Amino acid sequence: MTGVRLYFRYLGVSFRSQLQYPASFIMMTVGHLVVTAIEFFGLWALFDRFGSLGDWALAEVALFYGMVHVAFAIAEAAARGFDVLHRHVRTGDFDRILLRPRSTVLQVMGLEFQLMRIGRFTQGFVVLIWGISKVGIVWTLPKYLLMALSILGGCFLFVGLFVLQAVLSFWSVDSLEVVNLTTYGGVETAKVPIAIYKGWFRRFFTWIIPLATINYFPLMAVLDHQDPLNTPLWLSWLSPFFGIAFFTMSLQVWKMGLKYYHSTGS
Amino acid sequence: MNIKAYMAIMRVRFMLLVQYRVAALAGIATQLMFGFVFVMILEAFYFSSTVLQPMSLKEAIGYIWIGQAMLGMLPWGGDAEIQNLIRSGNVAYELCRPLDLYNHWYARAIALRVAPTVLRALPLFLVSLFLLPQEYALEIPTSTAFLAWVLATLGALFLGSAITNLINISMLWTISGEGISRLLPALVTVFSGMVVPLPLLPDWSQKVLTLLPFAGLVDTPARFFTGQLAPSEIWISTARQLIWTIVLIIWGRRLLQRGLRRLVVQGG
Repeated sequence: MTGVRLYFRYLGVSFRSQLQYPASFIMMTVGHLVVTAIEFFGLWALFDRFGSLGDWALAEVALFYGMVHVAFAIAEAAARGFDVLHRHVRTGDFDRILLRPRSTVLQVMGLEFQLMRIGRFTQGFVVLIWGISKVGIVWTLPKYLLMALSILGGCFLFVGLFVLQAVLSFWSVDSLEVVNLTTYGGVETAKVPIAIYKGWFRRFFTWIIPLATINYFPLMAVLDHQDPLNTPLWLSWLSPFFGIAFFTMSLQVWKMGLKYYHSTGS
Repeated sequence: MNIKAYMAIMRVRFMLLVQYRVAALAGIATQLMFGFVFVMILEAFYFSSTVLQPMSLKEAIGYIWIGQAMLGMLPWGGDAEIQNLIRSGNVAYELCRPLDLYNHWYARAIALRVAPTVLRALPLFLVSLFLLPQEYALEIPTSTAFLAWVLATLGALFLGSAITNLINISMLWTISGEGISRLLPALVTVFSGMVVPLPLLPDWSQKVLTLLPFAGLVDTPARFFTGQLAPSEIWISTARQLIWTIVLIIWGRRLLQRGLRRLVVQGG
C-alpha cells in the first residue's frame, strides 16, 4: 500500500469512529462553531463602536480573519496527532509507531483527524465569503488562486508548528503549552492586518514565524490597499511558498528529534 | 450546617489544585500574549476614531489585564472529578456522606475557582503593573477603588462558584456534559466582558448586559479597578451579584433534588 493510500485508509477509520455517536458529534461541532465565531463577533462589535481599524474596513478585515481561520481549522484537524503526541511519548506508545515500516510523519498524522474542526472551518469560511462579497474590488481568477494557495500555505505553516511542538515532547512532557503562543496565539494575532502591531512583535510574526504570508502579504496584492509596510508585489505572489518551506524545515527538525528520542521504556 | 467540614473540603481541594504550577506558568505566558494582542488591537481601534468613547483607552487596557489575571475564576466548566463520579456511578458514595451534597460541591467549586486564580493572578498583576511599557501597563488604583475591587471580586467568586455548581449538577442529565459545557463558555466569555469590554458593546445592549449574571464575573471588578465605575456604585453592584448568586443557588438546589430523585446507580 502506498503512503497516500494508507493515509486515506487512516482517515476513513478515523471518520467512521467519530461518527459513531452522531448526536455527540453534532453537538461538539456546533459548540466549536459558536465558540470560535465569538472572535468575529468581538471584531464586529469593535467596528460597530469605532467605525474602522486604522484605515481598514470590516469587510477587509473579514478576509484576513477568514483566511487564517480556514487555514488553521484544516491544520488543526489534520495535525491533531502531533498535538497529542506527548501523551503517546509519555506512555511509550510512540515506540509502536517507530517499529512499523512506514513513515513516522504519516502515521502520526493518521492518529486522528478531528472532524469537529468543521465548526471553526465553517464560521471562517462564511466570514471569508461575506468579506469577498462586501469588499468592493474587482475579483479575477489569479486573485482567487492566490488566496486559495495562501490558505494552503497557511495550513502547511500551522502543521509545521504542530510538528515542532511534537518534537519538543521528545525532550519535555511539560510546558508544551508554550507552543500555543504561536498556534492559537498566531490565529488570534493574524485575524487582523499584521501592520497594526508594533515593531518587534510584528517582525517576529513576519520573519521568524511567517504568519504574514498566510493573509497579509497575499491580501496586499488582492486588495490594492495602500500598504503601510510597503510589501513588494513579488513577495505577495510568492507567499504560499513560505508555509511550505516552513513545513519542510519542520520535517527536518522532526528527523533530528527522532534521533534523540529515548523511549520511556514502559 | 457543618461549616468546619466544608472549610476542610475547600482547603484540601485548594492544596491539591495549587500543585499544578508548571501548567500555570505556561498559562501565564499564553494569557500575557493574548492580553498583549488584544491591547494592541484596541489601541489601533482607539486611534482610528475621534469620537468620545464610554471608556478611555487606558481604562480599556486595564480592563483587559484584570480580565486576563482573573481568567481562572471564570466558570468555564464543571469539576472534572464530579463529572467522572457521575459517569462511573461512584456518585453513590457522595450520597452516603453526612453532608449536604450541594454545599459539598459548592465548597469544591470555590476551591476550583480560587486555586488557578491565586497561581496566575499574582504574576500577571506584577507584570502588567510594573514590567510593561507605560502605555500598555495597568495603573495602580486609588485605595477606595481598590477596596471596591476586592469586594466585587469576592462577589464574582461566589457568583462564579454558583454557576460552576450548576454545571456540575447538569452533568446528572447529560453524561458527556458536552451540550452545556461547550456552549456555556461562549455565553460566559461574551457576556462577562472577556471578548470585548462590556462598555464598548453597542449602547442599546448595555441595560440588558448589566442585568445578566455574567457581568458580575469580570466586568464589575474590572470597572472598579480601572476607575471606570465610581467606588460609590459598589453597593448596587454587590447587591446585583448577591441576588444572582442566591437565585442560582436556589435553582441549583432544586435541580440537584430533582436529579437525585431520578438517579439510578447500577451495580455495587
